[in-house]
Amino acid sequence: MMMKKIGILPAFALVLMAFQTAPKKPLPVKKPVAVAPAGLAAAVNRGKTIYLERCLACHQVDGGGVPHLNPPLDGASGVLGKDKARLIRIVLKGFDERVELDGEYYSNNMAAHADLSDQQIADVLTYIRNSWSNKAGAVTPAEVKAVRARIK
Amino acid sequence: MKKTISVLSLLLVVAAFSSFTACASDSLRSAAPNSVVADADNAGLKLPAGFSALKVAEGLGRARHIAVTAQGDIYVKLMGRVAEGKAVLRLRDRNGDGKAEEISGMGNYGGTGIAIKNGYLYASSDEEVFRYKLNEKGEVISPMQPEKIITGLINRRQHESKSITLDNAGNIYVNIGAYSNSCQERDRQPGSLGRMPCPILDSAGGIWQFRADKLNQTYGDGIRYATGLRNVVGLDWNNQLNQLFVMQHGRDDLHNIFPSLFTEQQNADLPAETMYALKKGDNAGWPYTYYDPFQNKKMLAPEYGGDGKKEGGKEFIDPVVAFPAHMAPNALLFYTGDMFPAKYKNGAFIAFHGSWNRAPLPQEGYYVAFVPFDENGKPGKWEIFANGFAGVEVVTGTRGAQHRPTGLAQGPDGSLYVSDDSKGTIYRIIYKGK
Repeated sequence: MMMKKIGILPAFALVLMAFQTAPKKPLPVKKPVAVAPAGLAAAVNRGKTIYLERCLACHQVDGGGVPHLNPPLDGASGVLGKDKARLIRIVLKGFDERVELDGEYYSNNMAAHADLSDQQIADVLTYIRNSWSNKAGAVTPAEVKAVRARIK
Repeated sequence: MKKTISVLSLLLVVAAFSSFTACASDSLRSAAPNSVVADADNAGLKLPAGFSALKVAEGLGRARHIAVTAQGDIYVKLMGRVAEGKAVLRLRDRNGDGKAEEISGMGNYGGTGIAIKNGYLYASSDEEVFRYKLNEKGEVISPMQPEKIITGLINRRQHESKSITLDNAGNIYVNIGAYSNSCQERDRQPGSLGRMPCPILDSAGGIWQFRADKLNQTYGDGIRYATGLRNVVGLDWNNQLNQLFVMQHGRDDLHNIFPSLFTEQQNADLPAETMYALKKGDNAGWPYTYYDPFQNKKMLAPEYGGDGKKEGGKEFIDPVVAFPAHMAPNALLFYTGDMFPAKYKNGAFIAFHGSWNRAPLPQEGYYVAFVPFDENGKPGKWEIFANGFAGVEVVTGTRGAQHRPTGLAQGPDGSLYVSDDSKGTIYRIIYKGK
C-alpha cells in the first residue's frame, strides 16, 4: 500500500509541475486541454443530448440515480472501469438482473437502447464517463460495433 | 466515515441489550408523556402552529414502517440487507424525554411491513409475513421463534415491499406489488405495448387477504381482495368506516415510453398518486388505465391504445383522493388520537417518500400530507402537514433529499411518528397548543 503510493508520487509530482509552469504562457482559449483528444469535447456534447433523452429520467440530472431503484452513474466503479464492453452491452441490451453494484442492489429495470447508432452509444457513454465527478477514457464507435456484433 | 460511526454506535447500543424479553429494570421507565421535549429546531420540520417535533433516534438504517405499543415502545422494520438479529428494532424511551435511550433488535429478514394488533406484532420480509406474541408490557415474548403466517409471495425485484395492515375480524391484508411499471411486453422499453390480459395480476398487482392467525398460508389460502393496483406501500384499516384504504404508486415514464404522445411536463404531472377506499373484489384499473387529476378521469393507458385523450374502462373504481404525480406515498395512517386538534380526528396522514420520475423537472413530495375526513367518512381537501424532510428547498436529483418519509405510527398519547428510510431517523410530532 505504502510502496504503491511512493511509486505513484514522483510521476504525479511531474504532472503537477507541468501544470504549474503552464499558466506562464498565454493559454489558448478554445483548444481543449492537452490530455483530451480533440474529439472528446465534441463527443461529450453530442452524448449529453442523448443522455437528456434516454437516461436522465432514471439516472437523474446529477447522475446520482435514485437510491435502491436506479443506480448512480456518477462515481460508479462500473462506469469508470476498464470494462467498456460491459457498459456497451448494458446500453444495447438493457438491464434486469439482481446484481450488487458498489455494495447496493437496485430494483428497477432498464430499457434496451439498441436502436441508437454505434456513434450515439459511444457518445453517450463518453459523456457519462466524463461528467459530474467522472473522468475516464472515451468510448469509440468501433468498440460499440465490436460488442454489438458479439451479442447478435 | 460519518456513516460508519453512526452505524457503529448503533451496533454498540444494540449489543448492550441482547433481546426483547422483559428485563428487571422496567421500573426505570417514566410514564409521563408531558415531559417529552421538542427539539429546538423542531427536528428540521415545518409544521402547523401549535405542533412541534423531535428526533427520537437517528442512523438506524433503512427504517421502513413503524408501529408503537400501548406502552410507547417503537418497533421499526428495516429493509434490505440487515445486520444479524437487527431486522426489527425496538426503540425504548427510558426517561420519558421522548428520545430513545435503548435500542434492541431481532430477526434476520429485511422488509417493510410491521403492525401491532390484538397482542401480536406482525412483520414482513419481501416474501413472507411473521408474527410474535407480545406480553402485557408490549414486549416480544420469543424473539427467536416467530410464527410464519404467510409464505411464498412473489418478489421479482421491482415493487417488492410487502406492506401489511389488519382489520377487526381477524384478517391481515398484504400488498403484493406488480413487478412491472405498466405490464409492457418489455418493461420500461420505449414503444413496447401492454400484455393483454396482464398476466402479472394473477399473483401480484393487488391486495391479498389472509387470516392473521393461521400458519404457512400462501396464495391458495388467501383471497385476492382487490386487484389493478400497481404498487401499494401505504395502507391502513379505517375504523370509522370499517374499510380498507390504500395509496397507490402510480405508473412512471409516460413520456419516456411514448414521447410522441406525452411531453416531459405531462410525464411529470401524470398520473395522480391515488387513494382508494376498497371493497372486496374491486379493480383499480392498473395497467389498463391511469388517473388524470386535471380531467378527473380514468384514462386509457398508452400501452393499451390510449393517447392521453381516450378514457379508460368504466368498470374500474375511482380514487377518493388524487395527489400530484410520482410523489410515492409510502405510508397511510388514520388518526384516532386525542392529542391533535379535532380536525385531525379520523383524518388520513400520508407519508410521501418523494419523487424521481418528474425529471428533468424538479422533484416533489418528501413530506407528510393530511386529508381531513368528515363525520360521514367523506374526505376533504388534502394539505401538507409536515415538510422539510429533504433539507433543501429544491430537490433536482433524488439523492439530494436528506430524509425521505416512509412510515407512520400513532403513539398511545396521540403523538405522530414518522420514519425516514434514507438516514434512518425516527421523528415524533406532538401538539401542545398555542
